[in-house]
Order: sequence, then structure tokens, then C-alpha cells
Amino acid sequence: MAEAYIFDAVRTPRGKGKPDGSLHEISPVQLGAQVLNAIVERNNITDENGPDDAIFGCVMPVGEQGSNITRTAVLMSNLPETTAGVHVNRFCASALEATNMAAAKVMTGEADLTLAGGIESMSRVPMGSDGGAMVTDPDVIFKNYIVPQGISADIIATKYGITRDDADTYAVESHKRAIRSWDRGDFNNQIIPVKDVIGLTVLERDETLRPKADMQSMGGLGPAFLGLGEMMPGFDKVALQKYPELEKIEHIHTAGNSSGIVDGAAAILIGSKEAGEKLGIKPRARIRAMASCGSEPTIMLTGPEFVTEKVLARSGMTKSDIDLWELNEAFASVVLRYMQAMDIDHSEINVNGGAIAMGHPMGATGAMILGTALGEMERNNKETGLVTLCIGGGMGTATVIERV
Amino acid sequence: MSYKTFTFEIDKDGIALMTIDLPGQSMNVWNQDLIKDYIKAVDEFCTNDDIKGMVITSGKSSGFLAGADLRMLGTMPEDASAKDIFDENFKLQTAIRKMETTGKTAKELTKGLAHGKPVACALNGLALGGGMELALACHYRVVTDGKFQMGQPEVQVGLIPGAGGTQRTLRLAGVQNALQICSLGKPMDAKTALSQGLIHEIAPAGDLVANAKAWVKANPKSNAPWDKKGFRIPGGSGAMDPRVVPIFAGSAAMAQGATRHNYPAVQRILSAIYEGSIVPIDTGLRIESKYFTQCLMEPQARNMIRTLFVNKQAAEKGADRPKSVGKIELKKIGVLGAGMMGAGIAYVTARAGMDVVLLDRDVEAAEKGKAYSVKLNEKGISRGKLTKEKSDAMLAKIKTTADYNDLKDVDLIIEAVFEDPGVKKDVIEKTEAVIGKNVVFASNTSTIPITNLAKNSSRPDQFIGIHFFSPVDKMPLVEIIPGDASGDLPLAAALDYVGKIKKTPIVVSDTRGFYCNSVVMPYLNEAMLMVKEGINPALIDNVALDMGMPVGPLALGDETSQELGLRIMRSAQQELGDKYQPSGLEDFLEHWVETLGRKGRKAGGGFYEYPEGGKKHLWKDLAKHVPLAKDQPSAEEVKDRLMFIQLAAVAKCFDNKIVHDPQSADLGAIFGWGFAPWTGGPISHIDTMGVENFVAKADALAQQYGERFAPPAGFRDRAGKKFYQAA
Repeated sequence: MAEAYIFDAVRTPRGKGKPDGSLHEISPVQLGAQVLNAIVERNNITDENGPDDAIFGCVMPVGEQGSNITRTAVLMSNLPETTAGVHVNRFCASALEATNMAAAKVMTGEADLTLAGGIESMSRVPMGSDGGAMVTDPDVIFKNYIVPQGISADIIATKYGITRDDADTYAVESHKRAIRSWDRGDFNNQIIPVKDVIGLTVLERDETLRPKADMQSMGGLGPAFLGLGEMMPGFDKVALQKYPELEKIEHIHTAGNSSGIVDGAAAILIGSKEAGEKLGIKPRARIRAMASCGSEPTIMLTGPEFVTEKVLARSGMTKSDIDLWELNEAFASVVLRYMQAMDIDHSEINVNGGAIAMGHPMGATGAMILGTALGEMERNNKETGLVTLCIGGGMGTATVIERV
Repeated sequence: MSYKTFTFEIDKDGIALMTIDLPGQSMNVWNQDLIKDYIKAVDEFCTNDDIKGMVITSGKSSGFLAGADLRMLGTMPEDASAKDIFDENFKLQTAIRKMETTGKTAKELTKGLAHGKPVACALNGLALGGGMELALACHYRVVTDGKFQMGQPEVQVGLIPGAGGTQRTLRLAGVQNALQICSLGKPMDAKTALSQGLIHEIAPAGDLVANAKAWVKANPKSNAPWDKKGFRIPGGSGAMDPRVVPIFAGSAAMAQGATRHNYPAVQRILSAIYEGSIVPIDTGLRIESKYFTQCLMEPQARNMIRTLFVNKQAAEKGADRPKSVGKIELKKIGVLGAGMMGAGIAYVTARAGMDVVLLDRDVEAAEKGKAYSVKLNEKGISRGKLTKEKSDAMLAKIKTTADYNDLKDVDLIIEAVFEDPGVKKDVIEKTEAVIGKNVVFASNTSTIPITNLAKNSSRPDQFIGIHFFSPVDKMPLVEIIPGDASGDLPLAAALDYVGKIKKTPIVVSDTRGFYCNSVVMPYLNEAMLMVKEGINPALIDNVALDMGMPVGPLALGDETSQELGLRIMRSAQQELGDKYQPSGLEDFLEHWVETLGRKGRKAGGGFYEYPEGGKKHLWKDLAKHVPLAKDQPSAEEVKDRLMFIQLAAVAKCFDNKIVHDPQSADLGAIFGWGFAPWTGGPISHIDTMGVENFVAKADALAQQYGERFAPPAGFRDRAGKKFYQAA
């Protein structure tokens, strides 16, 4: 089997995912086209040597993100029309799944050069826009005790003894790390400022960073899922039927210790060694191993632990082979439980901050954090990194990369 | 053509009037005869060109149509195939749809290639279940301004509407209203129905048919709204409309919270409405019929109908009443003792329109008991459920006294004094000295055998036990306990009295704890034993709730109080001596109550703490005194213990003839201590699992946890037999 290499990884800054966010005036297709254009420019791509396929994640593939947003973005970019496009939805891990699929295409010889990544304009196509049987069909909801992610995150906290203070402490640190990385220029190589139609830059830095985040400001925020859980419609009663050993659900998550709702896009260039040579570009890392798994859907967000075990076992690695850990900060309890289960110190995981500080543009996050991990590995000379995300419906996806 | 169940008359305008009037029945219901006639009449309506339109009404003053004859559902053979059940149900579904479309296809109608004949209904009173469904398939509904109710109560007996109810309420009233109407099963009044678009007009009873005919005449071409081009479900539909997506997500959560996965009909109602909001009506009706069929293929609806409907009504009508005794006039009741029980008994008695003489040691004590009624009435007034006038009239019926002479003209005595044989003896003697010769004396004792108490009576043949549960005003069950010497008269009087206060009676044997407490005690003990073993108390109570119990056994133990539990245990030890069977809780309970001071809710807390104005939570120090075991059982293991300790105790009561028939055992369980109603009761539940499976499982549990789970001999002998013959 061929090896799949990462040649480049870029992302937009993440704009606040509300009508007053800076990227709200930029269409999702444009977000995608701009990161694709950056890949084209930075890697000498021409009409003759374009990638075979582009695979982008998008979690709300309806409205202006519908009908194959990836092919649409390809057509609107400077890529040749010979580059195909397909959209995937693995919920929050869509862009990492896209990466794994793009790598697999190279490994199996289906393609020489591929693009992975994702697009999500959460301000323009809000969460829930696609409905879906998982959240509307009573048959599905009853059989699986479906609750919203925030309730799941609170179940994790309750079951594993993670307190509001633990979560807030973690969140404050996420902001500190992200701001420090920004200030140091850690993200410079990865960031593609977003421009409008008249060529003006509308955003060049993540918009949800809070330099003043501290325990006091975090502590002032109300629990985000208390009402949904205890009052209307009362998801806690559903959760407790699945976890009857808990007396009640502790609602520790707030807007401050959960990931932010943002807009953004990311792209990764993946190919065989030969494809890189043709373009005259150097591989930055090798995709060492990939895996996905399903896990219990009510608690939903514990998949990273299990997919990590799976990906390590499948590649004959152990925990000690990993130099850097990157787990999407969907909710503080997700990372804190992962650290607890895997016995990982905070100094080894999410060292540049994460989605609590910078936001989680669902369909794009996987590619964003993969790029963040790659940059960190290069700066601090780390060999191996493991990137993973928790996923709606109870899943986990992971990718192990290795510098070359 | 002529019909058995309705008249069918065509007037000079060509308008057919179908007046449903089931012979020999006080209320119209869908039974086989009506279905047969209706199908024929719909054919006539569609094919006879002289008929220009139709009006449907009822010939009963009791209302329009009360739904399906639930007894008919019981006649479905147990081995009926899915297809048989579906076809049977779909026959009526199809006929109703045919009436709605005059036999035209939806495509013809929506494209304007054909039109239907107008159908209106004149609803002179309640239209429930299949009655409402028939009405909704009419194009115009005019409703009496008198007494009226409309609703889809099928869910209450484990069914879903099966004649288009989910589909047509959805299309008329929108997703949210349809979900509530069909999944809660509560009836609505005419105003609500009008505001939700479920009816068109409210008119004086005398004008109903004329108004319906006038509408038919004025609308010679008529289609249902959903057979018109461009029809949209009001308020949004489908899996993507942001107006209804949160409603589907929320209602599924609420329904799971309320039913804890014990009532599949509720999920099917939600599914029929959800899927029905995506597909056209004809597909929706098929989907509804399939979910309806699923309900009938499972034992739940059969069990629920039998216990909660058929047997409950039979018990309340006095199934156990001796026929030798004529009806007993009960106008004035003497209630002895104005404590918590006496106060409650006085309340329910006066509320039922009887006069009460409430007697206690002094008038102040009796007044204190009456104050309970005052308090409950004030609550009722503040909630708009009672007028001041009615309250005053009701309170005036309760005469407080300390004078036994005031009892001289009462029709029945109910004694609820302190549980002390000496006190009781005194009261019995003083009362019998003044009351009439034929007046029955009933004791509400819960701990002293009736036969023993009757020894204090000069007329033991007129002595009986009427055992209420606390709080009397809320608890629907009453145990009636004849003593050894009791004759037919006291049994008849007790049943007549319970009938008047509208509670459900069961007749049980005179034994320690009678029936209900003989089961509740071991059940509460089992939960306490689990705590003693170090099992997570949250798991114990949550599992009980998930099983369908209204409250967890630990929380229930707090209510009944562990202090009382300890007292009962000690008195049993004393009384039974060597015959006392240790529960294994003796030391634990003593330590719990006397050392740790956890006496129960009223005495400051038990397993739970009860913060002022806050929600109860488990006692924070519990794990300090009773450490959690390292290995916790699965929810399934806990569930088995909590379920089978009750089943085993019920089986023993049944085997020992403490309770005499499956009906009483099931009714007593559900209405006495809240045994999971979805099962139809413990004996129904044993029937459903198969008695041999019950025996095998109980034996396995006995081996693992102790003899208390062992099934009685009588149950071992019944392998393969059912307690209830196919209904």
C-alpha cells in the first residue's frame, strides 16, 4: 500500500457564528474557495496537476451548504475543473474523516493527490437546519435515548466526577494557551485571512478569544443545559433511564466551558510521495494510522477514548509512542474525561488551546486541529501526534500523524 | 337498505341522515354490528346517485359515540396474525376514508377531476376515540352547546387511535395539538375543539341536525381539506421544518420521561404523527393502522383493558356484593376518631354527599379533623375546582362531636381511632350502645385482625374491616375485610359505601397486613436490604421508577417512616415469638432509626433529606454509614429483585387465599401501592411471562438471595396454565 503524506494544511480564522460575526457576510462557498485557493497558490497547483478529488466535511449540508458544497467550492476556486468534490458528514469529526478518506484514496492508489477539509458557516446555516431522523423520529429517539450533546457532556461530568470548577479551570487555560499561541505567531503558517468580494480582509484572527477569561468571569455564567435537562422538555429523565446509577445530572457546562459556535473552513493537501515530487513540494508528515468507532449514543461523547485504543492497537502503537495529543474541546468534560481515562497530563494535550477558546466550526474542525497539531510538532520537534474528536450519535474518529 | 345499528333516511333534498342508535345499549360504541352496517351504508352513500350528501348523528341522549367497544378487542384470537389484525382494522379505516372521499382517489380530488359528496356530523354529546375519528372524517362538524367532550383516550389502555385519529387531528390542529390530544388522551370541551380547528360550529342541541343539513345543502361539492390542492398542515410538518423539529425532539423526551419506556403505544402515537406529517393522508392512515396492529399484537393493551377498564368497573359496580342483601341507604355516616385517617374519611364521605358525624374525645379534636376538609376545599377553591357555596354546603355536612348520642341515627360506622385494642374495645362498646340495630360497624384498622376486634362487639356478624390507604382523599383503593363472624350485611354495606365514595374495593382475608401491606412490607424491606448490602441507593429508586412504580421504595419508606417500620417489626417479633421470620434487617433498622436518627420524612429525613422549599436528595452522609459496595449490580439485577419480591409476595397471598381472585390481586396492586400499571397487575404480569417462567426465575432468585423469593406451591402446579382465561 502506498503512503499518504500531508503537504499542507490551512484554515481561515474562526468568526463568531452569529449575525454580528465577521464572517457572516461571507458565503460558505467562499470560505471553502478561499482555503482551496491558498492551497493552489502555496503548492504550485496548475490546471495540469490538480488534485484528483476533494473531500470536505459539512455538518449542515442544506440550503447554501447543500447539494455537495465541496464540488461547489471547487468550481468557485482556482482549482481545475478536473478536481472532483464530495461532501461527508461524520458530524463533529467530518473534516478528520475527510482527511482519513482522502488519505485512503492515496493509499489504495485510487488517487495521487487529494484535498481534505471542511466548511461550516454556523451563522448562515444554523445547527438543526437539516432536521434528521436522529433528532426528530420518535422511533429513533426512543430506541437510543437520544439527548442533546450538552446533556451528554453533563452526563460525562456527573458520571466521572468532573466539577464546574474543573471545567472552568480547563476553559480559562484554553483561552490562555490560544492567545499565547496567537501572540507567538504559532498559527501564522496555517491561517488564511478571509477577504470579501472587493478584496478587503474581513477577519485575520479568531474572533471568540477572551483575553480576560478568568475563573471569576467563567463562574458568572449560568448552566447552559439546566433548563433543557430539568424543565422543558426534561432530557435528564431520559438520561437517568440510561444511567440509573446517577441520582441526578449535574449541569456544569456553560457557554464559557463549551466550544464556541463559529464560522470557518480548512483544507489539507494529501498525496503520494511522487505527487509531491511532481509539484516540487515537501511532505510534512505521514498519515500513520486512522480509525473510527461507535460508542454508547446517550453519553455520546466518550468515543475518543475508545477510538484512541482502537487506532493504537491497529497500528501496533502504545500510548507512549504519542508525543502530542489533540482532542477537540467540544465540552470541557470531554477532554477532562479523556485525560482521566487515558492518564494524559494537560501539558501534553491541546497545547495551543482549542475550540473552547477559538470555536468549533463543526464540519471544518477536524482539519483545523490536525493542522494545529502538525504546526506544534514542527515547532517543538515532536515526532508523533494523535488527533481525535468526539462525535454526535456516539462515535469517535482518530488519525495518527508522524513527521517525515 | 335497512340497518340494525342506525336509521338511514333520505330527505327530499337527497340528504341522508344516519342516526346511530345501538339497540339495547346506553351509549353508542364501535362494535362488530355497527362496523358491518357502516361499511354497507358507506357503499350505499357512494353508489346511490339519489343521495346528494349525508349527516351523521346519534339517537342517544348520552352522546354521539364513545369509541370502540373495548370488549371487542378482547375477542381477537390470541394467535391472530399481524396481517389478520391489520386487515380487520383497515376495513373500518378504509370505509371511513371512503365516506370522506365518496370513493374517489386523492389524486382525482386534488387535481379537481372529481369531487366528493358533502358529509357533516351533528354531535349531540361526547365523541371519544372512534367517535371523534368518525366525526373528523366528516367535512363539517357542528357540536352542541350543552355537555360535550371530544378526545382520543386510546392511549390510556395501551392503544393508539386506529381509525385515522392521529392523521386527522394532525392535519386539522397541527403537530403540537395532535401530539397532546393523542398521547395524553385527555378529552377537551367544545371551545377548545373550535379553537384548534377540530370543529366548525357550536349550536343549540335542537338545531344540530338542521344546521348540519343546511351546510350539506349549501356545499354540494365537498372534499376534506387534505384532498384539496395546496393543503399544508397548520404550523409546519416534517423532519426539517424549524417550527416543528423542536416539537418532535421535545415531545419524544417528555414522553420518555413520563412513560419510562413502559408504554410503547405512546411512542407509536408520536411516530404515527411524525411520519404522518411527512406523507399524504392515505399513506398516513396505513402507517397508523400498522402501529395500531403492533399494539394489538402485544399483551399490554389486553392486560390494561382487562384490569384498568373491565375489572375495575366490575369491582366498582359491586361484583363481590352478596345478592341476598338489598340496597342499603347510606345517608349519614359516623366516623370515629378525627386523626389523619378519620379526617380523610370524613372528607371523602361528605364530598360524596353523605352526612358525617365526626366523633373524637372532645369537640376540639373533632374540629381539628374537620379542618382537614376545610383545607382541602380552600385548595380546591383557589384552583377554581370548587365554588365557595359548594364548599360551604359540603362542610355543613360534617358535624363534629364528642357525644356518642349523636351517632344514634347513623347508617354506618367507620372507626378510625388509635390502633390500640383497649381504646378500640371502649369505642366499640360505647358506639354499639347507641346505634341502630342493623347498623354495620366497620373498622379502619390496619394492624389488628378484624376477627379479634369483632370479639368486642355484641353483634360480630355486623362487624367488618374497611381499610383505607393514606392519604384517604388521594388513594383510590379500599380493602374490605370480613372477619370470621361477618355476615353478608356488613359486606354489602361496605361495598355500597365504597361505591358511593367512588373508590375501588377489593375483598381480602383477615390476616396480618391484609393484602396490600403484605406485599409492600417485603418490597420496602428488599430495597432496604440492598442499601445494607452497599448497593447504590440512587440505582435502587431509579430502577423502581423505570419499572413503572410511582415512587422509589426508599422514598416510599421515608414516607411511611422507618420508625413505624421498626415498631411494626418489633411488635411482630413480640407477637409471633419463635414463629417470627427474620428479615435480615433487624439490626440495620434499629441502628438506622435509633443510632443514626433517620426516622423518616416527617421526623426530619430518612434515606433522603428534604430541604425547605427544595427538591429532596439522598442523605449526604449515607455512604459514610453504609459504604457503597465496590461491585455494583446491573440495573437489570436490581429490577429483578424489586419486581420479583412483589410478585412472590402477591403469589403467596394468592396461594394463601388472602386475596381471592386474579382481578382483586391486580386491582389491589395497581390502585393500592401503585404497582406498574402497564403490566395490568402482578397476576397479569405472571400470565404474560408464563407462570412456569415466573417460577423458574423466582426459584433462581431464591437461590441467590433467599427463600423470600420462592414461589408458592400452588404456582408450581400451574405450569402452562393461565390465571386469566382468554378474555
